[in-house]
Order: sequence, then C-alpha cells, then structure tokens
Amino acid sequence: MNRVRVSRPLMTHFHTEAADRSYAPPGRSTSLERLEAESIHIIREVAAEARRPVMLYSMGKDSSVLLHLARKAFFPANIPFPLLHVDTTWKFREMIRFRDDIAARYGLDLLVHTNHAGLQQGINPFEHGPTVYTDVMKTQALKQALDAHGFDAAFGGARRDEEKSRAKERVVSVRSAQHRWDPRRQRPELWRLYNARTAPGETVRAFPLSSWTELDVWLYIHLEGIPVVPLYFAQPRPVVRRGSGWILVDDERLPLAPGEVPQTRSVRFRTLGCYPLTAGIDSDADTLPALLAEMLTIRTSERQGRLIDHDRPSAMEEKKRDGYF
Amino acid sequence: MAEGAPLSTADLERALRAHAEKPLVRLVFCGSVDDGKSTLIGRLLHESKMLPDDQFVALEADSAAFGTRGGELDFALVTDGLAAEREQGITIDVAYRRFSTAAATFILADAPGHEQYTRNMVTGASTADLAVVLVDARKGVLTQTRRHTYLLSLLGVRRIMLAVNKMDLVAYSKERFDRIEREYREFCARVDLADVACVPISAVYGDNVVARSAAMPWYDGPTVVASLDAMPAADASREQPLRLPVQRIIRPNQDFRGLAGLIVAGAVRVGDAVAVAPSLRQSRVAGLLVGGGAVEAAVAGQSVTLTLADDIDVARGDVIADPSAPPPAADQFQATVIWMHDRPLLPGRSYLLKLGAQSVTATVAPLKYKVNVNTLEQTAARQLELNEIGVCDLELNRPVVFEPYSVSRDLGGFILLDRLTNDTVGAGLLHFALRRSQNVAWQRFDVDKRARAAIKGQKPCVVWFTGLSGAGKSTIANLVETRLHALGCHTYVLDGDNVRHGLNKDLGFTEADRVENIRRVAELSRLLVDAGLIVLVAFISPFRAERRMARELVESGEFVEVFVDAPLSVAEARDPKGLYRKARAGALKNFTGIDSPYERPEQAELHIDTTQVTPTAAAEVILERLRAAGVIDK
Repeated sequence: MNRVRVSRPLMTHFHTEAADRSYAPPGRSTSLERLEAESIHIIREVAAEARRPVMLYSMGKDSSVLLHLARKAFFPANIPFPLLHVDTTWKFREMIRFRDDIAARYGLDLLVHTNHAGLQQGINPFEHGPTVYTDVMKTQALKQALDAHGFDAAFGGARRDEEKSRAKERVVSVRSAQHRWDPRRQRPELWRLYNARTAPGETVRAFPLSSWTELDVWLYIHLEGIPVVPLYFAQPRPVVRRGSGWILVDDERLPLAPGEVPQTRSVRFRTLGCYPLTAGIDSDADTLPALLAEMLTIRTSERQGRLIDHDRPSAMEEKKRDGYF
Repeated sequence: MAEGAPLSTADLERALRAHAEKPLVRLVFCGSVDDGKSTLIGRLLHESKMLPDDQFVALEADSAAFGTRGGELDFALVTDGLAAEREQGITIDVAYRRFSTAAATFILADAPGHEQYTRNMVTGASTADLAVVLVDARKGVLTQTRRHTYLLSLLGVRRIMLAVNKMDLVAYSKERFDRIEREYREFCARVDLADVACVPISAVYGDNVVARSAAMPWYDGPTVVASLDAMPAADASREQPLRLPVQRIIRPNQDFRGLAGLIVAGAVRVGDAVAVAPSLRQSRVAGLLVGGGAVEAAVAGQSVTLTLADDIDVARGDVIADPSAPPPAADQFQATVIWMHDRPLLPGRSYLLKLGAQSVTATVAPLKYKVNVNTLEQTAARQLELNEIGVCDLELNRPVVFEPYSVSRDLGGFILLDRLTNDTVGAGLLHFALRRSQNVAWQRFDVDKRARAAIKGQKPCVVWFTGLSGAGKSTIANLVETRLHALGCHTYVLDGDNVRHGLNKDLGFTEADRVENIRRVAELSRLLVDAGLIVLVAFISPFRAERRMARELVESGEFVEVFVDAPLSVAEARDPKGLYRKARAGALKNFTGIDSPYERPEQAELHIDTTQVTPTAAAEVILERLRAAGVIDK
C-alpha cells in the first residue's frame, strides 16, 4: 500500500471562494445550512466513538463535499483520521491527478490501496464482467485495506436518494467481521443519537450525507466553491457508444470493436467510477451554473450511468450485503 | 418549470435561491399500505419530481413482477426497497425520502404500520416536526390509528394532519368525513394533542392532494400540500436557554482549545457569560466558529466550535448553557422505555445509556407498569419484550446533565445499548429526576474496608463460581472454604440454593428473576467484601452481563471468576439433585442447559475442567491463585 503523506501544515486559515451566503433570511435556517450542521454533527460523533476511523475518498462530488465538511468539523485542527482511496487502476486519469492535487493542497494523510492479488490475476472489467471485477478490485480491496489497518469506522459519501435500497440505510450501518450487511441487524436511529460502537471485529460505515440529494450536493459545491474533477463538466472528449451511454477512451486499454473509431462529442459524467464502467451523457453544461440548470430539468437518476447497478435486479442490495459501499 | 426548456441566468438564480432558502421539515407518515399510504407518498414524490424517469420505468417493471395491485403501478414498491421485504411482502424498516413543495423541503420518514413495528414508528417520530396520519374513509379511526397517534404524542410530535383517504369510495360524503374528524379529535384531546388538521382526500385521483377537489365543494380547508406548507418549521428551540452538548475538544496547539458541538437550544454570542454543566463553572465566550469562519453569534441547529475566556475544565458530554438557567444533573430518573430488541429488557441488568454526548452505565429498576399501545391501559410487567413500552426508574453509575423530554428531545431522549454486543436495544424518554437521588447521601464511617480487612490479616475478595447445575460449584467452594478456614481466614459462602431459601425466596427462574437473583447476590457480595471477608459465591449465574455487573461492583483485583466447567452430558449424568430428570420430563421450566441458556465465560480468571481435575485438586488451584494475588499470605 502506498502512503501519500504530504507535510501537514497546521490549518490556520481556510480557503474557499465561497459564494455569498447572505441569502439566508434571519430567524430560520435554510435546508442546506441544516444539512451541513447535521452532517458535521455526525462526523464529530462517529469520530468520537470509533477507535480508529477512516474516510473513504473516491474523488467524486460526494467525496469532495464530505471532505469539505470534515475539514470544517475539526477546524482549525487537521482532520483527525486518514483518507483511503481504493484504486482499481481503472479510474479516469483526471481523477488521479485531482486526488494528488487535493492531498497536497490540504496536507491530507491519504492512503492508497490496490488489490495486488487481483491485479496479478489480470482481473479487468472486460474479460471478467462488471460483477466479478467490482467484487475483486473494489469490494475485496476495500475489505483488505480496512482489515490491514484495523479501521473500525469508515465514512462514505452515499446518499439515500441514490437508489431505492439506500432509502432504508442507516446513517451508521453495522457490518459483521466479514464486512457483511445484514438488514435485520441494523440499529434503530433515534433523535440525534448515533451508535458507532462495535463488538470486536465488527465495523461500521457512516454516511453523513444520507439526507442530501444530488441537487443539494451541487448547490453546496456552488455556494461553497468546492473544487471538483473537471469530468463533471461538458467538454469535447473521445468516446465510443456502449449501450445507451458514451464511454470515454481514457487510455489504450479500452478494447474497440473491429473498425470502431472513437468520436469526439461534448459529454459530461454525472457520477465518476472506473472509466470503462461509467457512461457519460451528451451535454453542453460546461460550467457549474450550466450544470445546475441542467440538474433542474433532468429527469433520470444519476446512478443510471453506473453499469454495475443494472446487471441484476436488486443488484445494489446484494453488493451491499457483500460489503460494497 | 417546463421540462427541457432553456433557463435564463435570472431564472436559474431564482430557482437556486428558491431551493436553497426553503426550510427543512421532518415529517413522519403513519398508516398502512391498505390505507393508500404508498399511493399518497408516490404522488407527493411524483408531483415534486423526486421520482426520476428511470426509477419510474423500474417501478413499471417491478409492478408487473411483484406488484400487489394487479399490474397497476404499485408505489409500495418504491418505498419497500429491500428485496428481502418484497419477497416476504413486508416492510422491515423506516425509509427516508426527500420531496419539496413550493414552501419547504421535506424529509419524509415512512414507517410501516403494523403493531409489531412500534419500534419503527417511534424511530420515525423521534425526529419529526409533524406527522401525517392516514385513514381509510370506509373504515374510519381504527385501533392502529389510535396507536400511531398515541406514539406521536409520546414522542412529542405536536402537529398532526389527518388525511382521510379514499373519499371517492364513500361518495365524497361530508357526514362520513365529519364523523371521522370528530372521533379523531376526541382521541387527540385524550393524548394531549391540540394542533390537528383534517383533510378529506382521494390519493388515487389526486383530490385535495395538490389541487382542490371539485367533488368536495363542502370542504373549504387547505389541500394536503397547502396544509404541509402552512405548518412552520419548528424553530421554537431558538427562544429557549442555551444548550450546547460538547462532542469534542479541538486542540490543534497550546493556544487554541475549541469546544465543538451542535447547539440544541437557544443562541450564543461572543462575550456571553456561559456555565458548563454539570460543574457549573462559569466563563465567557471568547470566540465562535461556524465551519471555517469566525462569527459573532450562532443559534440552535448550528454546529459550532466555541472558545472560552478562561481555562476551565470541559470534557466531551458536558453541556455549555445559559448561566441563569443551567440544566440539572442527576443519577436516578423515572423514564418511559421503548424496547427494540428480540432479547427482552430485564430489570436489574445493566445497559449502556447514551444521552447527548454522554455515555453512562444504567440499571433498570423493576418496572412500574407497561402500556398497552392499543388501549393505553397500564398493566403490571416483569420485563419488556420487543415493541413494548414501559415506565421504570433508572439508576446510573454517575450523574448526567439532562432535561425532561417534554422540554428537550436532545437532553431528554436516550438510547440503551447492550453492553456485550453494543446493539441499540431500547430508547427512552426521561421524565424527572428522583428526589431520593438528592436525598440519599453516602454516610461515611471511620472504620473502612481496609481497616476491617487488616484486623483479619487478609485481603477481601469475591471468588465467583459459575457453571451448570451439577458441575461441582458448591462442592469445590466448600473445599476452598474449609482450607481457608483452617488457615485462619474469615470467609463466607453464598450458595444458590441456600440464598433462595431466604433473601431471594420471592424469585423464580424466569430470565428476569435470574437477573434479579444475581443482582442481589452481587450487591450482598460487595457488602461482605466491604466487611473485609473472602466471599465464595456458588451460583449458576448463566448470563455474562450479570457476572460482569458483579465484577464491576467491587474494585479491580477483588474479583476472581472461576468457571467450573462440566459438559452438559456429564452434569446431566451426575444429576445429584435429580433436577435434570425433572427438567427433561417437563416438570421443571427454565432449567439452565435444557430450556434456558448458559453463556460460557470468555475471560474467567480460572477455568476448571471437572472431567480432568478432582474437586480437591481444583480447590488447590484456587488457593494457589489466591496466594499469587496476595489475598492470603499463608
């Protein structure tokens, strides 16, 4: 495992090119302010109860918001736990560049883990299919990293509005020693009381953004000036048609059909994962306001671009039981 | 907004502001699928465009495959999200969904309706600002409706909307609606709910959901959506005295010591005088941070980091408060407990209690009564099963800062955790501190444990023998006491059978009674240790939780757990009292090893395998251990 440790200067000031927040009428909180305050409360609470927490960092928009909230939660101190990126080696190149930039800029303690056994077996999304590939290079890799470091709580950026089996997910979700999710063992969550205590060997996953929607996330990024990977914005990119979406030809590893020639189209990505499994959409939204305008008229859910969710009914629930985030 | 229409910059800015400025309201939805709950929720999601097209297509496919509506769109499939639930046709869990109206953003908690899901109703209601209660116009107010309404009242949800659905099936009858409304308001008055709106609707046809119904001209009140919008977000907490439970001390360097937490009531300003409960030491607010920025003031609902002018002692769990009205602290309470786990609540057993950022050990005193959630009748109870609600006293191992639940959900609502698995097993509402917690003080005596032990030339301790009936606990304890006595030690044996002839003769063998049996013996052992004695306890003591409680009652090093281990087959073959034979014949209920569990010790100081070691040899091993521990020096 690589440890990208950059010198950690004490954060004495906090850089954001935040938009004007004076829109808040006096006397009541806006929904975004309330969501922010509650997410920070959750982050602080789980960090206090866990013995060894970690924050999963995937460079996506939700991860970017989560990181921003964690920095706020502990300001002016540094984030008191490391970040972990599970690198499948198939991420968009722009994501990796962004990751290293952010780690250096904020002085983050960033761990990068790849399932080297899977890599040596040559597991890839084309020959083994998305199900096997995701299991080996993401789910198994994540378990390896959690076990190796003895992390007992892992923060993730999942939201309840992403997919219907997520609507019943707890903010703090218990996993067995084998990292399995058992819907019947999940703990009731009342008031603002979260229970992140575990029996030996068990872990919890904590989702501080549970109550946020995709629109909230983008609006918050806009208002707070949070940096995101440029892949979210439309740009002419070399793509090929796969199913109903556009797959980026990010490097020479993408197999092309005989005679298939990548075309250049203006596309953007609503979620970011492994490039061969993440389809882009036709779009001209090349700025954040343009993207928000598109969001306000869009009529499909963001996970539609994720090929791995659709290979079987209840695909997401099964993956969660097996320990997928 | 027209679908796909291009947005001007001004339109966009307006739309974003509109979304950002809406207040967030938490709403719990009560009723069953049969009342048309899913149809109404599906319609609200659909109307506010929170059901995306691809989820809608998936819904069409699922309706054909799993639907219970004969191929019609079955919105229950949107809310009943887990495959496990769909296969079994049940709803296991609370689902949380977002939707918006013109005036507010809502987080909707969809709690399943049936009796066995009191746990879910309570969970969904715990955070709710308001509730929608759904009834079928044909059936009117049912037992279930009353149960839901009682639970809403219990959990402090003060604003209720009664949606009388399926009005189309009663010919939009005004008389029917009026009768239901009257009956419901009468019940609400009984459970102290005054703020009730009643709306006649047809969720299937959309009557009075978003648009007013032409079929019910006699109704001149607001629609469902208008009624939700008219209910203001509960921000009354801002007017109350300051309460800031401290979650964490942020200390990046010697010069900065920040107290981080979410303000649950009141407001605070730089320069304000504050008190830290429970110590009630006072200081002034030197600085306030919200997120990364310094602010002059903050209010309830905000997560802040606060610095004080003086270097006074503050820890996680303390509460920063208004010095003119600080919250009290106490260690004994009366509370309502809602049980949420398959393993019952047992008075006498200790649990971990979490309230705000405070975690303490709590023991439940015998229940005063339990409440029948359908009839509101109070009945006597020895224990609480899953989904039961009872009232009892709680004793904590140290004081907590609190307020009555009726004043503060954040400082009056608590959860109970199993101490071994850490599962959340119950929730509770604090009502008031018991006066005796202030009136009964410890009386200090000049002669203490050390003095009493010194005169005997020994170190007092508990040797706790646990194991199945017939394992040999009493036999070995007898041999150990004989040896100790010969050495001039002062001892006492507490034997399971003997104690049940006197001190515990009122107790039987149910799980609840077994817990109380051990609690009394543990307390007695502690008194005898305080008297300077070496106490030998020979009890089956089948549960880890009680053995742990007994261990924690004495000082560390004063407890020696001896696991007298005999396999069930061996103990049963010995059967010195003929009890196994009776149990096998069904003449003896709740017999450990037969129809009542024995939890093997995981960290006993001594493990005696009675199939390998004679009682005499076992006694020798125990004596050796007591010598090594300095209990005896002979």
